[in-house]
Amino acid sequence: MALKIVKGSIDRMFDKNLQDLVRGIRNHKDDEAKYISTCIDEIKQELKQDNIAVKANAVCKLTYLQMLGYDVSWAAFNIVEVMSSSKFTYKRIGYLAASQCFHEGTDVIMLTTNQIRKDLSSPNQYDTGVALTGLSCFVTPDLARDLANDIMTLMSHTKPYIRKKAVLIMYKVFLKYPESLRPAFPRLKEKLEDPDPGVQSAAVNVICELARRNPKNYLSLAPLFFKLMTSSTNNWVLIKIIKLFGALTPLEPRLGKKLIEPLTNLIHSTSAMSLLYECVNTVIAVLISLSSGMPNHSASIQLCVQKLRILIEDSDQNLKYLGLLAMSKILKTHPKSVQSHKDLILQCLDDKDESIRLRALDLLYGMVSKKNLMEIVKKLMLHVDKAEGTTYRDELLTKIIDICSQSNFQYITNFEWYISILVELTRLEGTRHGHLIASQMLDVAIRVKAIRGFAVAQMATLLDNAHLLTGNTQRNGICEVLYAAAWICGEFSEHLEDPMQTLEAMLRPKVATLPGHIQAVYVQNAAKLFATVLRKHDGETESQAAQETSQLLIDRLPLFVQSANLEVQERASCILQLVKYIQKLQQKNVEVAEEVTALFAGELNPVAPKAQKKVPIPEGLDLDAWINEPPSESESEDEKPKAVFAKEEPKHSRSRHTEVDEKELARRREVRKQEQANNPFYIKASPSSQKVYDAPGVEHIPVVQIDLSVPLKVPGMPMSDQYLKLEVERRQKEKAERKKKEKKKKREKRGKERKADSGPESEEDITPAHQVDIVTEEMPENALPSDDDDKDPNDPHKALDIDLDKPLADSEKLPVRTHRPEALKSPAEDRDSESVPQETKKKSGKEKKKDKEKDRKRSKEEKKKKKKHKEVEEELLESQPEEAVQSEETKEAAAPPTSTSAEASDLDFWLSSAPVPPAAQEVTAPSSAAAAVDTSSAAAPESEPDEPKDTEPEDTKSSKHKKKKQKKEKEEKEKKKKKRHHHHHQHHSDAGGEDSVQNGTVEEEEPLPPMSNYSLLAENSYIKMVYDIQGNHQDESKVVVSVIFENKSDSFLKSMEFNVLDSLNSKLQRPEGAGAHDSLTVPFQLPPGVSNEARFVFSVQSIIMPQKLKGTLTFIVKSDESSTHEKLDFKLHFTCTSYLITTPCYSDAYAKLLESGDLKGSSLRLEGINMPFHHLLARICFHHHFSVVERIDSCASMYSRSIQGHHVCLLVKTSDQTVSIDAKCDEPSLLGNVLDEIKQTFSKC
Amino acid sequence: MIKAILIFNNHGKPRLIRFYQYFAEDMQQQIIRETFHLVSKRDDNVCNFLEGGSLIGGSDYKLIYRHYATLYFVFCVDSSESELGILDLIQVFVETLDKCFENVCELDLIFHMDKVHYILQEVVMGGMVLETNMNEIVAQVELQNRMEKSEGGLSTAPARAVSAVKNMNLPEIPRNINIGDINIKVPSLSPF
Repeated sequence: MALKIVKGSIDRMFDKNLQDLVRGIRNHKDDEAKYISTCIDEIKQELKQDNIAVKANAVCKLTYLQMLGYDVSWAAFNIVEVMSSSKFTYKRIGYLAASQCFHEGTDVIMLTTNQIRKDLSSPNQYDTGVALTGLSCFVTPDLARDLANDIMTLMSHTKPYIRKKAVLIMYKVFLKYPESLRPAFPRLKEKLEDPDPGVQSAAVNVICELARRNPKNYLSLAPLFFKLMTSSTNNWVLIKIIKLFGALTPLEPRLGKKLIEPLTNLIHSTSAMSLLYECVNTVIAVLISLSSGMPNHSASIQLCVQKLRILIEDSDQNLKYLGLLAMSKILKTHPKSVQSHKDLILQCLDDKDESIRLRALDLLYGMVSKKNLMEIVKKLMLHVDKAEGTTYRDELLTKIIDICSQSNFQYITNFEWYISILVELTRLEGTRHGHLIASQMLDVAIRVKAIRGFAVAQMATLLDNAHLLTGNTQRNGICEVLYAAAWICGEFSEHLEDPMQTLEAMLRPKVATLPGHIQAVYVQNAAKLFATVLRKHDGETESQAAQETSQLLIDRLPLFVQSANLEVQERASCILQLVKYIQKLQQKNVEVAEEVTALFAGELNPVAPKAQKKVPIPEGLDLDAWINEPPSESESEDEKPKAVFAKEEPKHSRSRHTEVDEKELARRREVRKQEQANNPFYIKASPSSQKVYDAPGVEHIPVVQIDLSVPLKVPGMPMSDQYLKLEVERRQKEKAERKKKEKKKKREKRGKERKADSGPESEEDITPAHQVDIVTEEMPENALPSDDDDKDPNDPHKALDIDLDKPLADSEKLPVRTHRPEALKSPAEDRDSESVPQETKKKSGKEKKKDKEKDRKRSKEEKKKKKKHKEVEEELLESQPEEAVQSEETKEAAAPPTSTSAEASDLDFWLSSAPVPPAAQEVTAPSSAAAAVDTSSAAAPESEPDEPKDTEPEDTKSSKHKKKKQKKEKEEKEKKKKKRHHHHHQHHSDAGGEDSVQNGTVEEEEPLPPMSNYSLLAENSYIKMVYDIQGNHQDESKVVVSVIFENKSDSFLKSMEFNVLDSLNSKLQRPEGAGAHDSLTVPFQLPPGVSNEARFVFSVQSIIMPQKLKGTLTFIVKSDESSTHEKLDFKLHFTCTSYLITTPCYSDAYAKLLESGDLKGSSLRLEGINMPFHHLLARICFHHHFSVVERIDSCASMYSRSIQGHHVCLLVKTSDQTVSIDAKCDEPSLLGNVLDEIKQTFSKC
Repeated sequence: MIKAILIFNNHGKPRLIRFYQYFAEDMQQQIIRETFHLVSKRDDNVCNFLEGGSLIGGSDYKLIYRHYATLYFVFCVDSSESELGILDLIQVFVETLDKCFENVCELDLIFHMDKVHYILQEVVMGGMVLETNMNEIVAQVELQNRMEKSEGGLSTAPARAVSAVKNMNLPEIPRNINIGDINIKVPSLSPF
């Protein structure tokens, strides 16, 4: 035995290690493959040994060979063996090999699940790290499902090294197992505020990656990211966040408005080019999303363009490249601002760097105008000639075509020039884009009627010189052009000068070497040409020419009849027979021209590419419905359908054929013409152009300057340049003429103001060389506008399009292995997954605690004083001891402005909140207005609860709620001990008032009257104050009073100070250090006619009674002449309603609550209520912060919760203008007051 | 997301390949060849971005590379990554290699591909940037190396001695081949 071990280690000594292998390979340069194959044999031997060190060494070598391209999947099992070694050294080798060569198809992956789980929970952080790294490369759906829970636990690991890896890998897990996203998301979100910057960065990374694909689900995180953006100093994180905002802004323009300022600041302040560049990019995205009607953003555009110009002018090619890239984004929405940098961009076209030239090309697209198109294209054509690589040249070609054809040939003034450009492009060797050129030719010839004559002449030349295009088989791509040439010559053959010659060219034997589809077009169009030739010689009796043509066809067509291509064969044989027949007729001197031409009569109109798709399905047509009754199962044979086809169908078709005679046809044609004339979507040929066809003379086309026949036949000569020269001359002439006219006018208008006409020629001044009427593409009537048919259904990210804001259902939790020992579980795991956020929140809460320590010390003294008060109050108000603690909490928490405010406040509110820049808000910390940002005053769309509709099994839900309750109690106890700031992190609890309006009216038809919760506070001739009070769902003893100040005067109001006389029960929260009677400064001034909102936080002890507080607003009225000191008294009315918070409730939990017997009842009757039931509910929801639990006809149950946790349940019934409300609450006086307030609400209307 | 990280030398010989998306081995080699073809024909003073090759990625992907002495470091990334950020990341990675190998040169990468992988694993994980702080990366790598040492390492002392003996017979020891100035030391660029 001992001998064996010794022998093993000696063997090992002589094994090659990785270095030896590499060395060996380097020394066998001539027979590398052979050497490696012997090495692989050795490795196979080594893998057979028991010694794990030998195996690991072998696997290490395999990893190297894998890099060289050798398939090592045969060793997958050995890799798993090495992975499961207990030694870190070997484990690492195993995982590395696995990450290099395992993939979803590797079957041994199944075996690794337990090993990986073991490594993940290893006490050694590097074992865990290595496993995470490896897993990130080969995670499969099965592994993701089985390990999701373990990884989620690791996200709260004590070591940041593990936390950040666990956070990152979650992205891969989400991709493979989308169901894990919702349960894991709350924890992931927490990691955004992890104390370790690496973990934070990882979380940002993952969320950005998720949000990039499905941005709308992550909009609600915008406030949080905004906070990170304004506070983070890590450029990596900043870049990611800024990129993310770029993806979010298109969905929410308000976000863009909010972003502009901080981003502009960053642009000005940062020295990191990468950050600057991303800021510019996102500002551009913002500007695009705001593109309409934001004149004051022109400064931002200018800033961006100016910064980009600096980048482009930089000597660093990378910056130049990126500058151009970003510039092209601006171009789409703000072409004007980019156009002013034309010089710079044209300069970049000459750059030696291809990447930069390509980017500059992109930009050119938006630079062209009628004026400079020819010039720019000329420049590009020069580049085409110079370009050596085919890729760049092809890119140039497509760009030229793109530029010219953009927006319906908008910038082309001379189509002859364009056709010549296209013809010149056909001379490019080896281009792949023959098809593109061909389609342009077709497009222009069909849609620009005036150009047809010229186009046909050019195409005829092309056909004549076809050998130049097809001579080389390598140039295959370009022969597509012949397809277009043949078709154009055939279709518009009336413009051909010598159709006979073209016909001859099309029937040359060489044509048979062309691709089949081109031959088919040749054959078909030869027939068209034949018809034209016949018509030309019509009337000449015994025309020799016509008969010669027929003979030509009969001679040449058999070549095509033999074609291997079916299409060619079929067409050729049809036409051949036809021509033979015609020849017979010709010999009998029968006039045939008319009939033959009729074969090809009719105008072809261009049809939009998506037209077919957009034909709307006529009303009442169900394409899935059976046309005939489906054969019933019992019927033995398909007799019925047989009968249909056998008897009726032939009759129909026969009758169709026989009945349609000439007259009928003529009549129908007439009708159709009529129809077309009345149809606005049918594009008619304009009478002028029709005239041109009748007289195929060319005087309409101003080609006088060029002798067409001569230069075009010389394929090497650049034609388009001539047009450019001509164009310049023409424009100068026109300009001169215009000037003359202008002068005339001036003379007439002498004495009047001078006109500035000497400036640069404007777009409109350039008239097209000839009147072209561009036929627009046909679209079916009522075409459907939808255009979103380009989404890839196979995108793995589609599965991650998951609403993350909906509260978690019970069924949604990560699979946990049940047979695991209970002790191993973290407390978060065995609880309902919903409680996870709270659980982990505590941890991060602890970290925050440290920061607040200082504040607390200061507030301690204050607390001591207040304790005395509290004891008195406790007796007075019989409040529960818990409440006392809570209020103490408040004092503590209210002192520092809540740092997590943005997180809890919902998006809408955040977006619409104070116009004060939020960055500034964070700086001006202790102002109470800022401290109150986290009110719940606005709706919380993300928490829009669908509970009533939920189809979850009932018992699980109620148990959940029970748990929740227990948890709450526990938490409160903990709070006592820890005295830490408390946050509600439940998604449930932050639905706001407006939200519940929707709640009550989900399925209703009738629109609701507008409602506002703001009521008048006080008013005088200078100022009007309205206010609303909302409970703060973050803090159980705070309410937030939002006051809107409106300046009614013509003067400027400033130095507004708000003060309230505190009562024992309710106190205005003042900044630290301020006395109990000091007033608060309103953080803004009011210009005339302006209104603005400020928020004030009040702490309350008891909430069961309504209360009124007296207060005063003092302010200075400043007009031009004087300034006076004014004051306005008011009474703040704290209703019991304002202590209620809209809280959704499951119906089963609601039932449990009512059954529990803890609640005391009361009831209310309202007479003469004359409004729809849903309006009634909506009013209760809106004004009194209730939510509808369930509604059945004219009966609804509603629920709300006070900030101190009292349950309030209502049962509302209505019949004939009488509404009865039965209510239950665990605090009778609170209930009584709420009911009184409800009564008041309805007495008002 | 980073889709792939490729390191190859001036002749296109791969020194490290790391794909974050599965490709079969022959496809991987094709991608390396194509990428090398694209990158190698570019001058040193042109920009470091390339629209992705046809095999890897597509329009959404970019090749971002740096050329140090004899080696090309190529990252294939999608549009969620900041171009300049990745350039800096490459710099961080190379500087880390330089620290870990003490004046890194191509030979270090050739003979210690596994170690380069371990270093890379601390920088990028599963296609996402894990850490950009060089000191942190170096610290983690060193801790792991120390752990390996405490376990005796893969190639223990006797084995190394043997391999030294084995080398005696070789006509040339690659360590001594003069490949000129292949130290991958680049003046530190503007701080990120």
